[in-house]
Amino acid sequence: MKELTTDHLLGIKYLQKEDIDLIFKTADHFKEVINRPIKKVPSLRDITIANLFFENSTRTKLSFELAEKRLSADIINFSAAQSSVKKGETLIDTVNNILSMKVDLIVMRHSQVGAGVFLSKHVKAKIINAGDGAHEHPTQALLDTYSIREKLGTVAGKKVVIIGDILHSRVALSNIFALLKQGAEVKVCGPVTLIPKHIRSLGVSVETDLKKALTWCDVANVLRVQHERMDIKYFPSVREYTQQFGINAELLHSLKKEIVIMHPGPINRGVEITSDVADSNQSIILNQVENGVAIRMAVIYLLAQKIKN
Amino acid sequence: MAKKTLLNEKDIHIILHRLACQLIENHNDFKNTVIIGLQPRGIFLANRLTQILQEDYKVRDIKLGHLDITFYRDDFRRRDEPLEASSTDIDFIIENQHVVLIDDVLYSGRSVRSALTALQSYGRPTSVELLVLIDRRFSRHLPIQPNYRGRQVDVINSEKVKVSWRENDKKDAVFILSNA
Repeated sequence: MKELTTDHLLGIKYLQKEDIDLIFKTADHFKEVINRPIKKVPSLRDITIANLFFENSTRTKLSFELAEKRLSADIINFSAAQSSVKKGETLIDTVNNILSMKVDLIVMRHSQVGAGVFLSKHVKAKIINAGDGAHEHPTQALLDTYSIREKLGTVAGKKVVIIGDILHSRVALSNIFALLKQGAEVKVCGPVTLIPKHIRSLGVSVETDLKKALTWCDVANVLRVQHERMDIKYFPSVREYTQQFGINAELLHSLKKEIVIMHPGPINRGVEITSDVADSNQSIILNQVENGVAIRMAVIYLLAQKIKN
Repeated sequence: MAKKTLLNEKDIHIILHRLACQLIENHNDFKNTVIIGLQPRGIFLANRLTQILQEDYKVRDIKLGHLDITFYRDDFRRRDEPLEASSTDIDFIIENQHVVLIDDVLYSGRSVRSALTALQSYGRPTSVELLVLIDRRFSRHLPIQPNYRGRQVDVINSEKVKVSWRENDKKDAVFILSNA
């Protein structure tokens, strides 16, 4: 296969296994490119990309921006904080105004679930979802599973546990889709209050005992507690959360095998993970960040390939 | 589709040895020279020439790389077929080196143009030369000519020149394919 089956990257849910394989294969080439003395290729020199961030982001925004620059695209950036959205403009109006400046591809983060899907039905540009509410964050799941493939050789057959605030996490949902499509076994672990009620229907199992979950898995993907999305109290205190669901070196050393530790960031050191674990040899957190640029280059390149003159 | 053999195994053997000798004439012991084969089809020729230089002419320590030009092409989004990348495998810097670019067929010259851009990512070479097995005359879109050529042919645009290699296609041969 040489082409994606979809015109936008709205979520992992809409991708085929072959799409993921193609993205990974292309990312392998870009990973080589970003490790050259000159880390840039001219492929997208006649493509303009708008990065629309209606919600705050540091890592994802920088990673997308770098990926776009490494491909030689022209880019414009937009943050909701400084925009006319505050003056009452609708999403479609905002985006159509930007598109009339001849933009070919949009990278969007939005706090509303389904914002990307909505936009793709109303505007003429390729859309990449960089996170929509607590729904999906497809490029994060791609780079996470790409990092697992890089570390362990394959994703199929691996046991992966996602630990923490599953309820508010778009990273968790996208990862579940991506891992299952690639043949991994997935378990989620966290306080019962932070695990969605019908999560088993996706084909994952649930564990509330952290030690048991870690003993089972090959890879642990640790998530942050998203206090900003919580309108009520989901657990008694941060201290209690850390005692039950925090990963520390002592716990890791008590396991009989060496597991891979991942975290999509930002890390709350000392809460869900201690510094000695986050900075240990078992952790591939910084590899995830490096792979993020290669994965985003691959996604942008493959979608841009479908933009016809 | 009509298929005419332009070069057979023996012709190719003689040509490869001639090209190897021409390279030695200009680059001596290859101390400051690197060989770079273009993906996907130029790498067979580059590998084979390197092998001949090392085994038959005892040239040691030849630096050989493979360069993929997909991301440097000028027809991205302008083709009906999507482009598929191959791997680049260059583990040296070409700064102050003489580069010999190698491809199987020189046609419009656009691949070579892309390769010249791609090379810049690895440093500033002292010089760049081009070696091709087949030079299709009168078909260039750009002012690019080979320094070393195996065979020059006149082929009309609707015809295709196909180089097959023992490593990949069972035997060494060059064919002209036409719809007639």
